[in-house]
Amino acid sequence: MKEHLKENLKASLKESLDVYDYWAYDQRPKIEWPGGAKVAFWVAPNIEYYELDPPQNPSRKPWPHPHPAVPGYSIRDYGNRVGHQRQMALLDKYGIRGSISLSTALCEHHPEIIDMCREREWEFFSHGIYNTRYTYGLSEAQERAMIRDSMETIHRHTGQACAGYLAPALSHSERTLDLFAEVGEELFGAKGGLYTCDLFHDDQPTPVRVRSGKRFISMPYSLEMNDTIVYAVNKVEPRQYSTMLKRHFDRLYLEGAESGTVMCIPTHNYQVSCPHRIKAFEEALEYITGHPDVWVATGREIAEYYTAHYYDAALESIAAQATTARREG
Amino acid sequence: MALNDNYLDYPLRRHGYDHEHFEWSMLSQRPPITWPEGKTLAVWINISLQFYPLNQRGEPFKVPNGMTMPYPDLRHFSLRDYGNRVGIYRVLKALAAHNITPTFAINAQLAEQTPYLIQRLKEHGGEFIAHGWNMDHLHYGGQPLKEEAELVKRSVETLRRVTGQPVRGWLSPAKHQSFNTLNLLAENGIEYCADWVNDDMPYFCRAQSHGKAGRLAMMPLATEIEDQFVMSQNLHSEDSWVTQVKDAFDFLLEESREHGGRLFALNLHPWLVGQPHRIACLEEVLAHISGHSEVWQAPAGEILDAFSTATEQT
Repeated sequence: MKEHLKENLKASLKESLDVYDYWAYDQRPKIEWPGGAKVAFWVAPNIEYYELDPPQNPSRKPWPHPHPAVPGYSIRDYGNRVGHQRQMALLDKYGIRGSISLSTALCEHHPEIIDMCREREWEFFSHGIYNTRYTYGLSEAQERAMIRDSMETIHRHTGQACAGYLAPALSHSERTLDLFAEVGEELFGAKGGLYTCDLFHDDQPTPVRVRSGKRFISMPYSLEMNDTIVYAVNKVEPRQYSTMLKRHFDRLYLEGAESGTVMCIPTHNYQVSCPHRIKAFEEALEYITGHPDVWVATGREIAEYYTAHYYDAALESIAAQATTARREG
Repeated sequence: MALNDNYLDYPLRRHGYDHEHFEWSMLSQRPPITWPEGKTLAVWINISLQFYPLNQRGEPFKVPNGMTMPYPDLRHFSLRDYGNRVGIYRVLKALAAHNITPTFAINAQLAEQTPYLIQRLKEHGGEFIAHGWNMDHLHYGGQPLKEEAELVKRSVETLRRVTGQPVRGWLSPAKHQSFNTLNLLAENGIEYCADWVNDDMPYFCRAQSHGKAGRLAMMPLATEIEDQFVMSQNLHSEDSWVTQVKDAFDFLLEESREHGGRLFALNLHPWLVGQPHRIACLEEVLAHISGHSEVWQAPAGEILDAFSTATEQT
């Protein structure tokens, strides 16, 4: 690419996406979860399909080495062949309905898994089509079509109006949140396109601006507690993960007495369900669900409750904080 | 400029897999089997014996645990060589103390160059499986078919010649394959492959031998509890490795009691676990997995034979 074109491209990149405002944690209206719970707790199993020989994307390689990437592909396949059932048995045991971040092509590849989750009334939300197809380089129309395909696929296979989004492999465009909210509204009205899991700026839900003006929020999903980040990126020992989860919960539970917090454990069936790790995960689930003031919920349930009861108050509080800051500044 | 629209085409979006190597099947949905004498957990202890050449080419990538320094990287070369001179003998003693019959995955070039080592491994007893030529001869997509075919043939034939064993199994260096590898293994009379880590039981996959349809077994050799993965890639402590292996074993033993036969496969590298400060950790692991009435410890080929017999009966 010519130098001046590169410069133009750089100049068009935004310093911040500016979809939410600064909103201090210590000055917010109190959130009270159903039943007086202090923490809304949800588990988000990512059920993913990675392709053995995906097309290349100019911005990101799907696999580190020439295809077929047997090591990477086969451990993810382990998650679906072996790990899913183990994780599901644990969630059953502790009375947790999963909120699945779904590579929606899995509806076609492995409908047996979808059926098991549907029978349990788990929630399905969109995580794109494949985790080896990225948003980078898609035009707006292409990204809209991909998101629409994913939401229609979920609806066709589960009957659910998709409420949440986590971009495939966390690959985003500047329009991702706008498009998800718009397609959700087009397909399902107020029932679809309610929340995003793509932002990690808070321990409570927060309003997110989308261009259609839809009431749309960010749902705390937590990369820090995400087993793949913990195990594969930060290379944490399994039992330490259990300790981290308990500490994370302890603090959110403590603070939740002041104003309700959200804790999410994002999982992958090829990480937590491995034989050397599942015990550590179970210990954390037992610990968390053993506390009295925990609302065990799904992403949609938390999003709908928050939006119905606290969304307007949040906007007012954000505006008031900004006004106070201007006056005092 | 946007990507071509075909980036959103998904020609293999269908029931099952996006490839034809084997059938989609969830472990929990298969009929339970038991191992010989009613045992529920089969234990496969795999010892990987490797040669990491000093003049590493790194084609198409540098293998983990290989040379990282400018040539000549004597420190990594000799530290890996340590395993074949010193570490393995400590490991053999530990195995003997627990009456374990291991499976030796050995680079064919190493086997050819170390007749004394082969002699000692044969005396100890165990099954030899092919582990490619050396750790710098990878199998990979884009590799010319002729080149890979020669590599597989040379590796398998060399190992058969120097061990006198039939050599039924194969473990690719770094578990890396091309799209041709499974067929080439079948063509060379290999019965099972250990590369795909997608199950806790053996299963069968398709492989063409000289253009004719056939099959090959997959014997998944878990990566995530390997000594080198935990201690060399993840940099976890020795104590943590022991805990992880014990936790994995305990979990699979329990699952095998409730849901039918399972395979516990532990891959070890003498250059790592054979170090003086680590060998006691291996001994602790071996003590933990020995002496259970539900456990059947055997070489991989015997485990596969029992699996084939059991699945033919159901």
